[in-house]
Amino acid sequence: MARSEKNPNRSPQRIDRRTAIQWVSAAAATFPLSRGDSFAAAAPSATGYGPDPDLTKVYQPGELWPLTFSESQRTLVTVLSDIIMPADETSPAASELGVPDFVDEWISSPYQDQKPDRNSILKGLDWLEEEAKRNGVDHFVSLDAETQLKICQDLAIEAKKDRRRFPGSFFYTLRNLVAGGYYTTPEGMRDIGYRGNVAMVEWNGPPQEVLDRLELKPQE
Amino acid sequence: MPVISPEETQPSYDAVIVGSGAGGGQVAYLFAMAGIKTLVLEAGRMFDPTRETAMFHTPNMAPLRAERTPDKQYGFYDASIASGWDIPGEPYTNAGKEEKRQFAWWRQRMIGGRTNHWGRVSLRNGPYDFEMATRMGVGHDWPISYDELAPYYDKVEMLAGIFGASEGIENSPDSSPGVLLPPPKFRAGELLAREKAKTLGIPIVPVHRAILTKTQDAERLPKILHPGNGKAQRLLAENMRMRAKCFFATDCHRGCSIGAAFDSMTVFLRPALKTGNLDILPNAMVHEVTVNDEGRATGVSYIDKVDGGEHHVSGRTVVLGASSQESVRILLNSRSRAFPDGIGNDHGMVGQGLTDSVASSLSAQIPALENLPLHNEDGTVGQQAYVPWWRAADQLAGKLDFPGGYKFIVSSGRKMPRLSTGRSFDSLSEAEGIPFGHQLKEEARRYYGSFIGIGAQGAMAANKDCYCEIDPDGVKDQWGIPVLKFHWKFSDDELKQVADQQRSMRSILEVLGGRVSRSYEDDPLAGVKVGGSIIHEVGGAIMGAKRVESVTNKWCQVWDVPNLVIADGATFPTTADKNPTLSIMAMAWRAADHLIGEMKKGNV
Ligand SMILES: Cc1cc2nc3c(=O)[nH]c(=O)nc-3n(C[C@H](O)[C@H](O)[C@H](O)COP(=O)(O)OP(=O)(O)OC[C@H]3O[C@@H](n4cnc5c(N)ncnc54)[C@H](O)[C@@H]3O)c2cc1C
Ligand code: SF4
Repeated sequence: MARSEKNPNRSPQRIDRRTAIQWVSAAAATFPLSRGDSFAAAAPSATGYGPDPDLTKVYQPGELWPLTFSESQRTLVTVLSDIIMPADETSPAASELGVPDFVDEWISSPYQDQKPDRNSILKGLDWLEEEAKRNGVDHFVSLDAETQLKICQDLAIEAKKDRRRFPGSFFYTLRNLVAGGYYTTPEGMRDIGYRGNVAMVEWNGPPQEVLDRLELKPQE
Repeated sequence: MPVISPEETQPSYDAVIVGSGAGGGQVAYLFAMAGIKTLVLEAGRMFDPTRETAMFHTPNMAPLRAERTPDKQYGFYDASIASGWDIPGEPYTNAGKEEKRQFAWWRQRMIGGRTNHWGRVSLRNGPYDFEMATRMGVGHDWPISYDELAPYYDKVEMLAGIFGASEGIENSPDSSPGVLLPPPKFRAGELLAREKAKTLGIPIVPVHRAILTKTQDAERLPKILHPGNGKAQRLLAENMRMRAKCFFATDCHRGCSIGAAFDSMTVFLRPALKTGNLDILPNAMVHEVTVNDEGRATGVSYIDKVDGGEHHVSGRTVVLGASSQESVRILLNSRSRAFPDGIGNDHGMVGQGLTDSVASSLSAQIPALENLPLHNEDGTVGQQAYVPWWRAADQLAGKLDFPGGYKFIVSSGRKMPRLSTGRSFDSLSEAEGIPFGHQLKEEARRYYGSFIGIGAQGAMAANKDCYCEIDPDGVKDQWGIPVLKFHWKFSDDELKQVADQQRSMRSILEVLGGRVSRSYEDDPLAGVKVGGSIIHEVGGAIMGAKRVESVTNKWCQVWDVPNLVIADGATFPTTADKNPTLSIMAMAWRAADHLIGEMKKGNV
């Protein structure tokens, strides 16, 4: 895919990470805090992280609530994730970005909103194993790549017809989680073309080549 | 004077302020700078935006990719704590059953209130917005004119730091020269939309937001804002120098640790605390304004959320800034011999006149924006461009079938992806099934950032069907405080406005060559957003020229209780097509100035 792009990391406008962090911490600790200002310690729980979690911490799947997948389910989801988001010249496969762990974290969530997804995914994984048996092997992962892809394609067509009806609904849910999980990693963001989230000295609007493409005049 | 506990409160204060958001924070700042011994009671905990915000974190660093949960109802990283539509133990009720008869109430329980995560859009009401009854025959007039408020808009804009341009648009006033900071450049999609909308006669101009695109002038501004008050000038200058300018990255809803975005703590409370005149009492849930036999306010009663105990604190004056509906609730719950139906409620006006922005949205995929050369489009992350109401003249001439204008916020560009990004190209895909695999990756690269979304927000006049009361069935919150029951019904005026919003949005998106999502001009009730959900709710203790029609006078003093002032949006007789917060701060400043004068004269 030929896409012109200037490396934003080389842009003279970019503020290096250290300076940005210095700004942030120079302003820090200037507010008086006392009484009940501490975060609730978020221990693994069946009730979620509570209304006042530490926002600055980096969380790992499994840290806040126990995960669900068995070893074989994990293997299956890993294979499916890489069918849904495979590696290519520009970016890695979903499994290299920890996406299967995110799917597990999501379906293991203590919140009600994720419960339908949990049911759909677990039921769908069972269904795929049955489908493998109908194809003469014990596990979906033992099928050849072509058959695996064919099954997914059929499910994708079912999902397009009706994304609420099983087993299309399962594939719809899994695709959403894997693709969404992928694009919310730094590597996935790069792949889709997001170039922000870097501190800049100035914001100059779109570069000239973009204006040219859209036949727009430069901004004053 | 610092952040304290109930045992540490002074026997009496010159002023007791309830709430620390836009309204309460503004008054606290002015009182502290003026040497008035002030206590702020805040229902939530202290919050330090410099230390507690995760500005650069990507969603994969958060639980559940930072999506909304019942614990974090605007997403994990949003600067809201113990806040939301549904807070355990703090219910409210709705009289209406259908979705569009409900009122949704967002509560923010933390120091600084909703100013921690608001969108920072800061537009002035225009002259017509103060005269809706006279000009349009609906709702109420305000008892003040634009000209009376204009100097306070200038002051708030200088203090907070607002970017924007002066465009000379009818009823969308310009600021005085030297007040606004430069607006950010438009993104590609915004520039394209501006060019195309021009052909329809629809202007797209820079929005105004409370973000420093330049550092503030710490030499000049403090002298203008605090003439003759050297200490205030010094503290304000010092605070302005602590605020960095925007670094054009990171979502302001998460809070801004460098102080470039306005929030109450950064701009109001931090310098105010340094005066030594301000105490802040966090975790204090106020439920009643106490009065003496003469009907003067004497202080407030509150529950300490840490120990659950009931406490009282005395003040010569009391200011309510608990957010419009919470202030209404406190008034209604303040029953005494002098005010058996609640303070200010002799004519049954407390709770009446509840309004919110009338809102709908529409979006489209724009083929011209596909595959644009990759570049950083963060800018001042969030809104940069808007369509001010451009048909005020037609409306005055009676050419439109609804009163009150609307504005559009136009958004475009490649934003930081979210979980939903993975499924957002389905309707565009050429795949036989839902896209996945290499095809999805390629289609995502092609279509990502090629969408333009428009959000409409319009004016609303008070109507008799939109109000709140104390729940007649006796529902109480976890502290035993009676809760509010809301009544809501959109009138024909709002629905006609929404149909028109949808038509105009569609015309803009079509002239852009967009593939437009389903629009609702034929079914505006389905298209209109739920009342309250825009979180611009105001009214309930409206100001007016006559006692029988209002709760406060034009200085936001409750008619019968002149030492009780309302500093939030509860006093607003109407919602304009502008967002309310800049006006809340300007009105609070004006009310505070007046109250300081009255205190000096010994009138209160
Ligand atoms: C997501 C979002 C985006 C927004 N975007 C914009 C925008 O772009 N432009 C705009 O103009 N407006 C916007 N708003 C609205 C804006 O936040 C509010 O208009 C503004 O904050 C109102 O100020 P306030 O002082 O009335 O209330 P708040 O800012 O809500 O402050 C009230 C404070 O009082 C405290 N309190 C409440 N009850 C009690 C009690 N009983 N005792 C003690 N303390 C109490 C609360 O804890 C809170 O700290 C937005 C709001 C949200 C949620
Ligand atoms: S966009 Fe600018 S103002 Fe907003 S949070 Fe980021 S640095 Fe702060």
